[in-house]
Amino acid sequence: MMEKYHIESYCRIKDQRISLNGATVFESAETNFLPFIKEAYKTLDTQYPKFFKMDALSKLALIASDLLLKNMTEKNIALVLSNRAASLDTDRRHQQSIEEADHYYPSPAVFVYTLPNICLGEISIKHRLFSENGFFVFEQFRADPLVDYADGLLKMQRAEKVLCGWMDLDNEKYDAFLYVVAKNGIFTHSKKKINQLYQTS
Amino acid sequence: MTDLKLELKEKIIEQLNLEDVSVDDIGDSDPLFGEGLGLDSIDALELIVMLDKDYGIKLADPKEGRQIFESVETMATYITQQKGA
Repeated sequence: MMEKYHIESYCRIKDQRISLNGATVFESAETNFLPFIKEAYKTLDTQYPKFFKMDALSKLALIASDLLLKNMTEKNIALVLSNRAASLDTDRRHQQSIEEADHYYPSPAVFVYTLPNICLGEISIKHRLFSENGFFVFEQFRADPLVDYADGLLKMQRAEKVLCGWMDLDNEKYDAFLYVVAKNGIFTHSKKKINQLYQTS
Repeated sequence: MTDLKLELKEKIIEQLNLEDVSVDDIGDSDPLFGEGLGLDSIDALELIVMLDKDYGIKLADPKEGRQIFESVETMATYITQQKGA
């Protein structure tokens, strides 16, 4: 019989609010993303100076993942994230720095973030994960591939847990929805439940 | 030279996003890498770009950076020498 997996915990960062398992843990009147996420970093006591060197997408991913991983002792946690805008927000910053031939100064610190999966590396470094990871780009949030991928990783014993979700940021619009899939948890791991949590959290 | 060192400290803090570091926290001869400010390889590349963009100095051999970026003192000395050359 096929083993059933569960959603152990979930979080959301959207519209100036951060919630963990449905409960608000941080809220701000700040409408601009960078001051908002900096305020969240300080309030949530994240304590990771490298945070300030990251691009906006990695900052979003780091704060969201930290909510779910900071008290977790298990380290065999695979990462499967997805979004719509890939790294477009940072790609534009990089493009601006190279579009004038007589003012051609690409910033290495910006350029290194011109791939969306870099945020997976930042999460892995912060939480010392040496696990499998993947980043997918979809037109909109899709639970199906995330569920199939997570189930496959757990079934093949490639990971003990899987951190999955949506990590989208572009032009001040941000939406992070992460959840941890494990053997035990509060909800059954299903496409229906994930879609429901995404719609309502 | 003192003004240049202060300017370099301000630029390092701003361009390398050293959020919790102030000018007073950086001694003139404090190591910028390793146990000092803890800068990394990407920061080193940013410093090379900064030399070019703000002081018009192109580092022909990036290996030179090891000595030039040892501290604010060595950076200021190098910039002063290059400007006077």
